[in-house]
Amino acid sequence: MKAVITVIGRDMVGILAKVSALCAQHNINVTDVTQSVMQDLFAMIMLADISSMTVHFSELVDEMEALGKEMGLSIHVMHEDIFNSMHRI
Amino acid sequence: MNVNDILETVTMIQDENLDIRTITMGISLLDCCDSDISRSCRRVYDKITSKARDLVKSGEEIEKRYGIPIINKRISVTPIAILAAASGGDPVEYALTLEKAAQTVGVNFIGGYTALVHKGFAAGDLELIRSIPEALSRTEHVCSSVNIGSTKSGINMDAVRMMGGIVKQTSELTADRDCIGSAKLVVFCNAPEDNPFMAGAFHGPGEPDCVLNVGVSGPGVVRAALAKAGDCSIDEVADIVKKTAFKITRMGQLVGDAASKMLGVPFGIVDLSLAPTPAVGDSVAHILEEMGLETCGAHGTTACLALLNDAVKKGGVMASSRVGGLSGAFIPVTEDAGMIHAARIGALSIEKLEAMTAVCSVGLDMIVIPGNTSAEVISAIIADEAAIGMVNSKTTAVRVIPAIGKQVGDELEFGGLLGSGPVMKVNTTSPAKFIARGGHIPAPLQSLKN
Repeated sequence: MKAVITVIGRDMVGILAKVSALCAQHNINVTDVTQSVMQDLFAMIMLADISSMTVHFSELVDEMEALGKEMGLSIHVMHEDIFNSMHRI
Repeated sequence: MNVNDILETVTMIQDENLDIRTITMGISLLDCCDSDISRSCRRVYDKITSKARDLVKSGEEIEKRYGIPIINKRISVTPIAILAAASGGDPVEYALTLEKAAQTVGVNFIGGYTALVHKGFAAGDLELIRSIPEALSRTEHVCSSVNIGSTKSGINMDAVRMMGGIVKQTSELTADRDCIGSAKLVVFCNAPEDNPFMAGAFHGPGEPDCVLNVGVSGPGVVRAALAKAGDCSIDEVADIVKKTAFKITRMGQLVGDAASKMLGVPFGIVDLSLAPTPAVGDSVAHILEEMGLETCGAHGTTACLALLNDAVKKGGVMASSRVGGLSGAFIPVTEDAGMIHAARIGALSIEKLEAMTAVCSVGLDMIVIPGNTSAEVISAIIADEAAIGMVNSKTTAVRVIPAIGKQVGDELEFGGLLGSGPVMKVNTTSPAKFIARGGHIPAPLQSLKN
């Protein structure tokens, strides 16, 4: 089971470190990271294996959102099913 | 997984107001019928509160998991007129019971204070219809609907005559609350039995014991996709709408599946709808304007809407295994920022809206009319709209709100999803003699179609 974590906002030091630290803390394995910086807007997409994570999905959503607020970024965690169903026939 | 696809979905939800408009649990109350009304009400309350106990909680959990807002969690029930037929007594007691149950489980609306009288009145029907104004004025979450016609049976003009007065009385009894009562009352022709949208949702007698229906939304997404495409031919416009509708509906299907598993209730249908909200960027009128109209209501509106409605269905049908409900673009005036604007500047008239209803979902919806409009004129508006539905084998409905004490130019403010809107001009020449005739308009011929 996988989750997609998207981070969008102004580029700064430590974004990847902080988000992946939170993942590690909950035993979430990051399997893929794509990031790009367009002008000063930072967009990162993480694919994470959540099959053996130690918290409930909704807690992870809340914690990531809180982390995003703290850093002035918008961070969203969504189950991979939504992307698969919307973009694949 | 493609990065662009992921970003597209995130943008749709964050910036373009993509959401699931409603998950609606349909609950059959046929096994709650009792000859004693208080026993019947108790069973109704018990059944609703046990079946829908986890509806709101499950909805919220799904919102979190997929990151997609589910705006409303609702319940539809068996037409209460059927229960009233068995129990007798004052049907308002059922309305109060539904209200209590809705509050207990925390849903936004509960629909089904309904009578199906397209061919005539059975036991309980007349009592229920007469009680609608009181029922809606004494409750907050209860929605009511009456089906007065169908393609197979024609139009019950006795019921049409009654409903003009009932709509007006409902407004009068809730005049202190911006006449909100009539915003919760729909008069249908060809009412669907599995509609998840309010105010017209009820759980048809042909439906299973308990079922979950989903209504999707996403006018903002369609408009944004068209804006991105820029100057393209109308064929491409249709194609873009179709593809966007596919994506929106897939999401509805996903949420419906998840909710039905979580609640242990069979999945009913996805309603392939474009349902606007008063929020900026969530308007069906703005899609039509994006297609190339200066304002919604201009000549060309009906054609654009016909294309939009058809493309939404074509895209949606492919995306979901079970489709039903009202399925199509909605044009509720007070719930759509673009329609409100068009009505305010006089570009959109009731006559144009009536033409639009011939090619899209539902009908004359959320239209504020002067408070002194006569009951006969309201009945005649209902008759016209029902005739469009009857002849074209489609659902049509009337939800007009007579603004008691107000005139053209004044406004009503409902707040929330119901929005606000200007009082629109109504042709007041009298149809009184036609309405007073009563009787029944025969079902139309289904061949020699011209």
